[in-house]
Amino acid sequence: MRRNIHRAPLAVASALLLGVFATSCSTEDPTDDTSASEAPADSAESPEEGSEETESSEEWFDQEVYDTQYEQRSATFEGNPEQPWLQYIDGEMTDTSKLASKGAKKACFANASISNPWRQTGWITMNQQLEVLVDEGVISEMETRDAGDDDNTQIADIDYFISEGNCDAFIISPNSTAALTDAVERACDTGKPVVVFDRGVETDCATTFIHPIGGFAWGIDTAEYLIDNLEEGDKVIALRILPGVDVLEQRWAAAEKLFEENGIEAVDYFTGADPTKIKTIITDELNKGEVAGVWMDAGDGGVAAIEAFEDFGADYPVMTGEDEMSFLRKWEETGLTGLAPVYSNFQWRTPLLALEKIFAGEEVPKEWVLPQTPITEDERADYLEANEGMPDGHYAKFGGEDLPGYPEVWQERQIP
Amino acid sequence: MSAITSTPDRRDTHVLPASEGSLFQRLLRGAVTPGGAVFLLAAVLFIAVVWANPSFGEPPQLIRFIGRTAPIAIAAMGQYYVIVAGEFDLSMGAVIATQVVIAGNYIGDDESRVLPAIALMLAIGAVVGLVNGLCTTLLKVPSFIVTLGTMLALGGLVRYLTGGAATGNPVDSFREIGRGGLQDVPVLDVLPYPVIILTVVAVASVWLMRSPFGRTLIASGDNPDAAGLAGSHVWWVKTRAFMLSSLAATVAGILLVGYAGVHPSVGAGYEFQAITAVVLGGVVLGGGRGWVLSAAAGAFALELLFSFLNFQEVESTWRNSVQGLIIILAVALAARAWTLGRRPSRTPASPTPSAAPSPTPARPGTETGEN
Repeated sequence: MRRNIHRAPLAVASALLLGVFATSCSTEDPTDDTSASEAPADSAESPEEGSEETESSEEWFDQEVYDTQYEQRSATFEGNPEQPWLQYIDGEMTDTSKLASKGAKKACFANASISNPWRQTGWITMNQQLEVLVDEGVISEMETRDAGDDDNTQIADIDYFISEGNCDAFIISPNSTAALTDAVERACDTGKPVVVFDRGVETDCATTFIHPIGGFAWGIDTAEYLIDNLEEGDKVIALRILPGVDVLEQRWAAAEKLFEENGIEAVDYFTGADPTKIKTIITDELNKGEVAGVWMDAGDGGVAAIEAFEDFGADYPVMTGEDEMSFLRKWEETGLTGLAPVYSNFQWRTPLLALEKIFAGEEVPKEWVLPQTPITEDERADYLEANEGMPDGHYAKFGGEDLPGYPEVWQERQIP
Repeated sequence: MSAITSTPDRRDTHVLPASEGSLFQRLLRGAVTPGGAVFLLAAVLFIAVVWANPSFGEPPQLIRFIGRTAPIAIAAMGQYYVIVAGEFDLSMGAVIATQVVIAGNYIGDDESRVLPAIALMLAIGAVVGLVNGLCTTLLKVPSFIVTLGTMLALGGLVRYLTGGAATGNPVDSFREIGRGGLQDVPVLDVLPYPVIILTVVAVASVWLMRSPFGRTLIASGDNPDAAGLAGSHVWWVKTRAFMLSSLAATVAGILLVGYAGVHPSVGAGYEFQAITAVVLGGVVLGGGRGWVLSAAAGAFALELLFSFLNFQEVESTWRNSVQGLIIILAVALAARAWTLGRRPSRTPASPTPSAAPSPTPARPGTETGEN
């Protein structure tokens, strides 16, 4: 047997297999360690999406949604600006008078995952919010199931909650859009309140759907910033986490459209947020010629991108990252021209507060659109000061300053 | 290249075919073996990259490229020990990720912990290799399964420690190992520390493979029974190969923390890149044949290929497919060179006829003596 292995054909065959294996494993990032701001939707596994899987970036583009989000960026938000997690854009409201009920309620939370720093930060904030509501006697307990970035697990989690969870209300942060639609509908069929947040599903049966403005708004904010600060014909490297996740694809779809319209030469790469890959890509691009700008669809790995310019000895680019502390700090330290777009992390507080309103019989927005405002260079110092001592993976607009445990819980990053 | 060093057995009275003729002839012969062809492949890719982008050939850029390729080249050399002994080490990427996370969590901002951390990381690397080796040799579990298990176990540990997300970077003085270099070097501008470390590892590897341990290692990979009967402790030889592999992964991890920073995805896919590099380097899966520096050359060929695709601006969505196809092609060509290299020459090349009739004539870059 060992002799056989030495024969060339077998060796070649196994080598070929390994070659294929190597490329599929070494160059793609496994979805479980992506650091997209949203749950990486492994939509390839979702049965319902079928032929829509191979959509190119143009097909991710939706003019109607783009226009809506373009408008919403400058919309007026109802509510107290000191509490952005309760603000919303005026629109259709859900009447919850029939859902009003006294006493402490049990909430059941089907979470997509906590596998990236954005979700971890939000998860910490949500638990501190829970503490407040438990003390106030609104919520008795929250049972949470973490689907670990897996659609099937999350569907099973929701079905478990429906049949055996003894839940008074459901909170769902879907892993992927199409695959979770049926499960969310089953939860709605129970007649109990259903709160969906972060990423949506293809049904409007939920009592309220909470999310910041969205991916197109991110793309518009960032691309416009780069276009304003660059010359026509300048080169921008777009660092993307992974393909196929709608919110991430929308960020790029909007940015790509604007870059094209304004004569900015943009090249996009998938990095899986792997800093090694980011650094290699930037270094190669710098070898090839001048790089004037860096665009990111999520800030994770932004520091590695900036370091690549330092190590190469090149001038800093104009850059858009995210409100992650590591980027804000590096941004200040280097003094580069930049913008920190925000995918409002404080939205993790909103679902529990929405339940409080629902059980009190107060109306809630059918689609609860939260503010989503980038951090500019002028505001940066304030956010750095406010978040001093926070770890690198913390998000500046986490919105938990008035919650118990602040700031130690976030500083220690005690993930429940 | 390999032919230059080939003096397999000085006491032998007849000259082996590999060490005859002029230097040029010997180089040429060496180049058609799998172990030599990879150097040609790397050279061709290098020319292609410089053609696509001339500034890549400038010494400062080139030395930086070598510096950033050092981690994967070191990992490939580590993987070589295991493969040449007839086994696999799939746990490499997970070991790298574990070390990266340990560096981030344990060192943090505390400069005094740099040296203890390096000692700790090397110890962990050695233990992981020991476990891999002992399970493979003493418990007789196939190494493919053992190291797959280690990979999953360590992957779970990383997830547990980090929750799957990045933690902060360790102090800059630690990161200097992978990021910094000697400044103001003539011609090169800067001499990155990873290049120095890579050179040291390469020289040590060549020395190690020429030592009794290296010869026994290849003999164990070629035919463990024969090696055992000849009196070597096959289990301990192979176990040390696994330890060398995990230690190489640890060194690669230390360099990567410096180069890139802490992220659980650092090291992802490194085991397969290393195996691909080793195979590209003409090392036979199943063990017993191959040259350690060819594995490192395989790593360089791979990285040059990736850079070439970066320079060509291949569309991001199908870049992986292009990489895959080229790797298959390259390995197929290397395997072809192997069969060509094996074929006995039609005209008796050797002036001493006694050397010719041997059914498997010694070939540079493929025989034990070449290491």
